[in-house]
Amino acid sequence: MAGLSILRPGMFTTVQDLGRWGFQSRGVPVSGALDWFSHRLANGLLRNDPRLATLEVTLMGPQIQFDSARAFAVTGAVFDLTLDDVPVDMNMTIEAPPGAVLKFGSRRYGARAYIAVDGGADVPQVLGSRSTHALTGMGGHEGRSLRAGDTIQLGVSGRQGAKGTTAARPLPLTPSHARLRMIAADQRLAAQLTEQQFRVSTRSDRMGYRLEGAAIDAAPSEMVSVAIPTGAIQVPPTGQPILLMNDHATTGGYAIAGTVITADLPLAGQLAPGDSIAFEACSIETALAELRQREAALGAG
Amino acid sequence: MSFTGRRDASPRQIWTLGDACVSVHLGNQIDPAINERCIALADAVERLAVPGVRDVVPTYNAVTVHFDPLVTDNAQLAQALERLAASDLPSAVSATRTVEVPVEYGGASGPDLGAVAEFAECSEQDVVRLHAGRSYRVYMLGFLPGFAYMGSVDPQIAMPRLDTPRLRVAAGSVGIAAAQTGIYPCDTPGGWRIIGRTSTKVFDATRPEPFLLRAGDVVTFVPV
Repeated sequence: MAGLSILRPGMFTTVQDLGRWGFQSRGVPVSGALDWFSHRLANGLLRNDPRLATLEVTLMGPQIQFDSARAFAVTGAVFDLTLDDVPVDMNMTIEAPPGAVLKFGSRRYGARAYIAVDGGADVPQVLGSRSTHALTGMGGHEGRSLRAGDTIQLGVSGRQGAKGTTAARPLPLTPSHARLRMIAADQRLAAQLTEQQFRVSTRSDRMGYRLEGAAIDAAPSEMVSVAIPTGAIQVPPTGQPILLMNDHATTGGYAIAGTVITADLPLAGQLAPGDSIAFEACSIETALAELRQREAALGAG
Repeated sequence: MSFTGRRDASPRQIWTLGDACVSVHLGNQIDPAINERCIALADAVERLAVPGVRDVVPTYNAVTVHFDPLVTDNAQLAQALERLAASDLPSAVSATRTVEVPVEYGGASGPDLGAVAEFAECSEQDVVRLHAGRSYRVYMLGFLPGFAYMGSVDPQIAMPRLDTPRLRVAAGSVGIAAAQTGIYPCDTPGGWRIIGRTSTKVFDATRPEPFLLRAGDVVTFVPV
C-alpha cells in the first residue's frame, strides 16, 4: 500500500478537501482547505481531481516520508523545503523516490501550505468529504490533526507514468498583510470596518480569527440565530470582530458587518496571528470578476 | 396536505451574505408559525434543485442558501426566494415526526439540576416533571452536527446559560438555555445548564441515517 509516514507532524497538519457541503441544515460545519486556491493549485500540479484531499500545514511544517515513489507538490505559504536534504521548490511537481523524506524548514510568509500527492490522501469519506473538523473529531485521519507515527494511505496514482516537472503561478501574497474585499451586510458596521486596520489575534484558528483593533460601535442587537457563511465578519457586543473561517459553527447570533468575497478567502486563509487586515467594500459584480480571474489563474496552471 | 397560508403582511427581507450566500427572513421573532413557513420554504427551495446550490438551511425565522457563485446567479436566486416566500407553500405538518428521548436526570448526568431547581424555587423532581412534561418543537439545527434548538421550555425552569461556558460537556448531555433545550452530540465546551443525559445519539456518522432530528420534529423527554 502506498502511503505517507508522518515523522514529525508540524504544528497543526490536517487532511482537507473542498469541504463537507450538503449538511449545514443538520448543523455540520463545512470545513475544507482555508486557502481553496492553493489546495486546487497543488492538486492541479498532480493532475489530481480538485476534490482529492491534500494536507494542510499550519505555521510549522511536518517531516514526511514517502513509502513508495510518488509525485507531489507544495503550494500556499512560503516555506523552505528539502527532499532528502536537497532544497526543492514550491509550486512545482516533484518526483519523490521510495523512502524519500520531505522536510519543511523556515516559514517565510503566509500561514498555510498544501501538500498534494499524486492520487490524493485517501482517508475515509465522512458525509461525502475527507476534510478534518477537529472540534467534532470528524473526517480526516481519525478526526484529528496528524501525529508522529501516523500513516496516510494514498489513492490510486492518476499520472500513468507521466514524468517531469510542471510549475504553476502561486497565489500572490503580501507578507503579513491582506487586503480583504467584502460585500457589506450592515452598512454602518461595514463602514467602521474599513476605517482602520485590524490585527489577527493569537486566539485564532480554523473556526475563526478574532480581530484586534479599536472597538466597533455595535449596538447591542437581539438577533435570533441564523445560518452564516464562511467569510462572514461577526461583530459581538464587545465590538471586537470575528472573521469566520471554514470550521465555524453553521449558525450564529451576532450582528454581521459583511462577508469576505470568495476570491479573497484564500488570502484570509494565509493570515497568521499578528498579521494585519485592511477591509474594503466591493460589489457583487467585482466579487464575481475577481473569482473568475482566480479560476482563470488555476486553469492556466 | 395543509397550507401555511399566504402571509404577505409579514416582514420579508432578502439579505445578501457575500457572493455565495443569500438569506430570506420571514419575521423577527421566535414563533412556531414563522418557523413552520421557513421549513416549508426550505423544502420548496430544495425541490427547485437550482444548479450550484450547496446547502439550504432553515433557521428560527430565516432560510439561508449557500451556493457556488460561478454556477448560481445571485440575483435570480434571490428573486426565486422572494417569489416562493410570497406564495402558498405546502406545509410540512403531514411529515411531522415525534421522537422520544430517554433521559437520566440529575446526579453526575445532570450537574446543573440543583441550580435549575434553585432558580425555579422548586424541587429537582419538579424540574424533571416540568422538563419532561411537555413536547418540544425542533426549530432548527446548528452549532454542532445534529444539535437541535428545541422549545419552548416552561418559563419557571427557563434558566439563562452559564456566564462562563464549561470546558467540557459530555456527549448526550441535555441542557437548558433560557426558553431553549438541546442535546449535545459530542464532548465539547458548552454553556447550557445540564440537567440530564441521554444514551440516544443525536449524531452518528456510521448510522445509515446519521442525524436523529430534523427541523420541524417534535421531541419528548422520558425520564429513565
